[in-house]
Amino acid sequence: MSPPVTFTWAGFRDGVRLVLPLLASFTPFGLVVGVLSAGEGLSMLEAGLMSALVFAGTSQLVALGAWGSPVPVLAVALAVFIINIRMAPMSAALAPWFDGLNGWRLWTSLFTVTDHSFAISVAEMRRGKRDAAMLLGLGVPTWLSWIGMVCLGHALAGVVTLRPGHPLLFAGLATMCALLVTLWRGRGDVLPWGVAGAVGLAVQAIGLGAPWPVLAGALAGSAAGAVRDMRRI
Amino acid sequence: MSLRWDVLLAILAMAVATYAARAGGYAVLRAWRPPRFVEAMLVHLPGCIFVAFILPSVAAGGPWHLLAAAVAVVMMVFTRMLTLSLLAGVAVLWVMLG
Repeated sequence: MSPPVTFTWAGFRDGVRLVLPLLASFTPFGLVVGVLSAGEGLSMLEAGLMSALVFAGTSQLVALGAWGSPVPVLAVALAVFIINIRMAPMSAALAPWFDGLNGWRLWTSLFTVTDHSFAISVAEMRRGKRDAAMLLGLGVPTWLSWIGMVCLGHALAGVVTLRPGHPLLFAGLATMCALLVTLWRGRGDVLPWGVAGAVGLAVQAIGLGAPWPVLAGALAGSAAGAVRDMRRI
Repeated sequence: MSLRWDVLLAILAMAVATYAARAGGYAVLRAWRPPRFVEAMLVHLPGCIFVAFILPSVAAGGPWHLLAAAVAVVMMVFTRMLTLSLLAGVAVLWVMLG
């Protein structure tokens, strides 16, 4: 059996230390969401509140694209759910840590799961780390800087011209590319990753948008890996 | 600093939808013991989610996005420095699109 999951300040600090160098890469994205919020007529309070409570950049961007007056509440909420459903399998994959948590520790840690904190956590978990406070250590600075950058973008709207499609916005995807490298475990990953990528591309090519490429690709790839692993046993 | 009721309602609905997506995957596992095949899938899920998210997004951007992503990956493989790798990716795209 693996040792029990702990939840300590040391684990929290490890998370903070790992995430600080990354915060700069989220900055352009936060600024754009802030600029767009101002463009859609949101006050800074509203933009900040949305960032604090939703805390999922891509979905906020998509929601602002569907904004109106009055706001189409159901359509916006549905779009956000569809974009963010990719995080459901992420929290499932972090189960070995969450299983050791209860109460506020569990539910706040679940709130802070992002693409980046997920990749870093999984890599640390595979290395045998059992301190689940790392998730909050990764999440809290990200959350604070996300709110700050969106508000800053809102304040700078009209001064800066950072449009969707700007090369700086590639920072988010570039970070995920680099983090993907840390998830690589060896040749056994070729089959599941290859199937995941191919199915994701194919689903996108037949014209299905988010979340279908990532959901279909992730499920097909991990199923291919599972079939192979169970045959070997 | 205004706070309109329809905006607040939309924000709250977005927050609930996002939390349901985030916590839902784990909540299901906590309530239900998955069969062995699903457990075997979970081992592969992290890398597969990333590949299936990144590749279509990058491909949709066109060949320069693919090149920039490849540079970020290669840089990370050789240097293991996250900040350097993502800056290299952004720089490639900026030069090519600029």
